[in-house]
Amino acid sequence: MRRAWIVVWKDVLSERRSKESLNALVFFALLLLFVFQFALGPDRARVETALPGLLWIAFILAGLLAFGRTFLVERENDCWEGLVLAPGDRSAIYLGKLAGNMLLMALVEAALLVLFALFFSLDFTGALPALALVLALGTFGLVAVGTLFGALTAQLRARELLFPVLLLPAVVPVLLGAVTATQTVLAGQPLAGASSWLTLLAAADVVYLVVGLLTFEFVLEG
Amino acid sequence: MVQAQHLRKTYGPTRVLDDVSLTLSAGESVTLLGPNGTGKTTLLRILATLQRPTSGSLSIAGVDALKAPEAVRGAVDMVGHGSWVYEDLTAIENLRFWTTLGGHDAGRARLKGALESVELDTVADQRARTFSAGMKRRLALARVLLGRARLLLLDEPFTGLDRAGRKWLAEFLLAFKAQGGAVIVATHSFDAGAGVADRVAILAGGRIVLDRPAASLGLDDLRRLYDELAAGPVIAS
Repeated sequence: MRRAWIVVWKDVLSERRSKESLNALVFFALLLLFVFQFALGPDRARVETALPGLLWIAFILAGLLAFGRTFLVERENDCWEGLVLAPGDRSAIYLGKLAGNMLLMALVEAALLVLFALFFSLDFTGALPALALVLALGTFGLVAVGTLFGALTAQLRARELLFPVLLLPAVVPVLLGAVTATQTVLAGQPLAGASSWLTLLAAADVVYLVVGLLTFEFVLEG
Repeated sequence: MVQAQHLRKTYGPTRVLDDVSLTLSAGESVTLLGPNGTGKTTLLRILATLQRPTSGSLSIAGVDALKAPEAVRGAVDMVGHGSWVYEDLTAIENLRFWTTLGGHDAGRARLKGALESVELDTVADQRARTFSAGMKRRLALARVLLGRARLLLLDEPFTGLDRAGRKWLAEFLLAFKAQGGAVIVATHSFDAGAGVADRVAILAGGRIVLDRPAASLGLDDLRRLYDELAAGPVIAS
């Protein structure tokens, strides 16, 4: 755990100082919101129908930007070599990167929720506890597979092309579960109504995490 | 410490290393000389277990490094073209990261001590982004001091160093050897490289074409041999 923690510490500290990812993601989120608002217009019913899908499109697009960068920073000054040569269990590096991405996505998702509320005059406060659970489950699956594929493609020449091509099909179960569960929550229905989707999300999270832990060593070695 | 036998490395039809054998004892250093593109970096990366050879055998500290690379990685450290430095972290934060990741004691006093040894203690809390190439190399060597490496691999370590920096690096390597460490330096700058070596090897066309005790070669002899031997066909790296 100490080794995973030091990876989180390093990534958070670097991001806090450079703000490279966070600035880009917030700016991107703003652009996305403008596009959504122009596309949907002032029709509130239309916005509410499309909202769960729009939220997850925004999250996944932000994730595509964020996860792709996770391991690119390790290429600077050949730090990747240091990670490969570090003795001990490599899954700690994966867990550290995953935790760092979860923190980043939590910030981005919080910012996006606030922006959605402002742009479309929405009030999420009543649904927040249930929404937080759905977002946490959905984001974990997205981050678990995004972190792994970020590492897998970081050393490839065509990474900008391959990363979304690999990631998007792999997160289909997460997207289906997350969008449907979000729809249930935002409609004001009890979470129990989406229990099968939540089970799917939890199962996908476990599968992605285990696959990540088991394969990361081979991915890092290249 | 190192026993590399008949190492070959090919990329498709391109042969980068061809039947390279190299042995090195604890407390010994060898400087690998050769022009650009003769396979020096590839050889170092194989010795560091960052790459696998196409064929051949490699034993480091008595362990088969091809079968069990994990088992030897704690004993090997490398300062390559990059310095494994995170630009947005300070010098001491960089050391804290690598030392903790390596499973070593990362107490501030120990980290400060290592920075003192490489004469970077006055900039311990400055971001690495502000450092020169030479300072980054010193920071990488401070990282080496904090680990338990017994084999140190350096790729073009003299590049970007001024006269004082080269002298300092030579002293650092002598001290590392004196503590029982083995050192392999790959360079094409043989004035500086030969100065820190017990043995000098010339790599040309992917082969070691000369491996002799440094004491048996004057600098003029070495220059002449280098010009004769290294002028062969370059394979690639």
